[in-house]
Amino acid sequence: MARNVPASTRIGFTALAWIIALILFSPILWVLLTAFKTEAEAIANTPTFFPQNFTLENFGAVQARSDYIKHATNSIIVSVGSTLIGLVIGIPAAWAMAFAPTKRTKDVLMWMLSTKMMPAVGVLIPIYLIFRDLRLLDTVHGLTIIMTLINLPIIIWMLYTYFKEIPVDILEASRMDGAELWNEIVHVLVPMAVPGIASTLLLNVILAWNEAFWTITLTSGRAGTLTAFISSFSSPQGLFLAKLSAASLLAIAPILLMGWFSQKQLVRGLTFGAVK
Amino acid sequence: MKLTPILVGAFTLALATSASAQTLTIATVNNGDMVRMQALSPAFTEETGIELNWVVLEENTLRQNVTTDIATNGGQYDVMTIGTYEAPIWAKQGWLTPLDALSADAEYDVDDILPPIREGLSFEGKLYAAPFYGESSFIMYRKDLMEKAGLEMPEAPTWEFIGEAARAMTDRSADINGICLRGKAGWGENMAFLTAMSNSFGARWFDENWAPQFNTPEWKSTLDTYLSLMADAGPSGASSNGFNENLTLFQQGKCGMWIDATVAASFVTNPDDSTVADQVGFALAPDNGLGKRGNWLWAWSLAIPNSSQNKEAAEQFINWATNKDYLALVAEQEGWANVPPGTRTSLYENPDYQAAAPFAKMTLDSINAANPAEPTVQPVPYTGVQFVAIPEFAGIATNVGQLFSAALAGQISADDALAQAQDAATRDMTRAGYIK
Repeated sequence: MARNVPASTRIGFTALAWIIALILFSPILWVLLTAFKTEAEAIANTPTFFPQNFTLENFGAVQARSDYIKHATNSIIVSVGSTLIGLVIGIPAAWAMAFAPTKRTKDVLMWMLSTKMMPAVGVLIPIYLIFRDLRLLDTVHGLTIIMTLINLPIIIWMLYTYFKEIPVDILEASRMDGAELWNEIVHVLVPMAVPGIASTLLLNVILAWNEAFWTITLTSGRAGTLTAFISSFSSPQGLFLAKLSAASLLAIAPILLMGWFSQKQLVRGLTFGAVK
Repeated sequence: MKLTPILVGAFTLALATSASAQTLTIATVNNGDMVRMQALSPAFTEETGIELNWVVLEENTLRQNVTTDIATNGGQYDVMTIGTYEAPIWAKQGWLTPLDALSADAEYDVDDILPPIREGLSFEGKLYAAPFYGESSFIMYRKDLMEKAGLEMPEAPTWEFIGEAARAMTDRSADINGICLRGKAGWGENMAFLTAMSNSFGARWFDENWAPQFNTPEWKSTLDTYLSLMADAGPSGASSNGFNENLTLFQQGKCGMWIDATVAASFVTNPDDSTVADQVGFALAPDNGLGKRGNWLWAWSLAIPNSSQNKEAAEQFINWATNKDYLALVAEQEGWANVPPGTRTSLYENPDYQAAAPFAKMTLDSINAANPAEPTVQPVPYTGVQFVAIPEFAGIATNVGQLFSAALAGQISADDALAQAQDAATRDMTRAGYIK
């Protein structure tokens, strides 16, 4: 039952919500509009809002210079691949921490989180040398491995939080009925935690999709993902703003669509456990 | 698990590509001439059967990537695009392969390369990078506004004339600024301009014992002139203006003069982008009668890292991209005005090029007026015109650039900026072991 709110307050808050949403959305909107402008119009000192000379030539120029499909395929393999591997490792790990904790579990969790506290560039040289010696530089599987390692702490932390919400009694009941450990995780725990697992999956796909530092450093031409694709269109000397916008739009479009279609799942997962 | 086949597939694909015909990986910047080279490169593959793998990155990202790779001997790249700043430093570190075969090739004609550019890319007499395009800086000005102000631009003006003209051309009500100069902080942004400018004021970065010189009257005079010029005749918010911002201002008719890279000449005279295309004149960068002009020297060049496994093929590619035939190829496909400028004497002797590029002579004169071996009025222990060719320079100059940018924005005074620059530079140079 909704609370009784005066109409004026309701309209006020609705307007406020719209304004905030538009502010948050404005950079993407600007990229969207700029992608269809000419280069001269894109950088004009008195900016135009809507493209005056609507053009698709930027998209043609971007595709002519760089292979979008190749970069997009790499992005999909790396982001989905690293997330799936992460889940395969993360689900058993989170199960152990949530349902069979030892006195060191909290320390292990903190230690995992601490790996996210150092700036990535701090381990650049060691990782680069390891990649060089293992011949992983500029390979899709090398990038998948590094992305899995980067996101694993987040995956385990998220899953751990969701699993904590699941009553341990249910798992015990399944054990009483003779379920093996494998069956307990796959057939009892996972189905109950689907919203949590889904949002972990989505969030990590998005994180891996947008990762730029390692992607740009560890690849040169073959394994570049869409973040490397965008960065090849930025330049301090010359007019590339409209092409950069077109490239950005192409790069964020798949993930934006995925986010759009799965927003219900995502919101449900992120607020999972808020109401008991 | 569906993933295994995908990974195995990706792995075999990676193996397959590395095992097939010879492939060169080329790292380059996203500048117009480079993009054109990439578009024309299928001709090279057709000719030689060597496949090319392009990595195009923004300048700073490229520098970071390439440095990481070269310092760790990573071997990701066979050809890299570097500038006149990196070439001597990296050659000294032993990171680059000398281009001996190219220098010995009579057809390539290494003596045709403009002497200041060749000098800037050599270390101990050996060429370590081949110039793809070279640039200096000069004055671009509006002929109509100059006439309106009742002045005439000499071919080689002084700073005094520039100051007078800038103030006379300024018309705040019509949104016209007498002069647009770089203000955005960075060793390749405002410090490139200010270091070149300071040379013409008799200033230098370091004395013969590597002691920073920001406490000298020459630097004070440089910064004071720059700040008062920008206050009286510069655009608002100039402390965030770099090359692109000033280019836009000039193209939209909001600048009377602009002192910047010679490559800008083809942008401001292109009627598709510039509203003032038919009104642009060119002049040498200003001086103070001390024998040095305030113009810089830069050449985006191709070099081979020592870690490359395909050195021979890499040198073959560099030959293709920087020889005389390449210039003819670009001219044939895109017209003479789009030929990469500033590398070869023969180009400037070509009547077709002279006709297509009205700024050709001034570009050549500007490049020849720069001398990286003796950049300053007083003697210095370093080479480089708008930079000092030591590895520490990028970091120090970026700090100093932030101070000068803050002075332009009015956040600190010129004297404070110079004093802090002196302290910071002294500290860094002591730490790096130059000052004992």
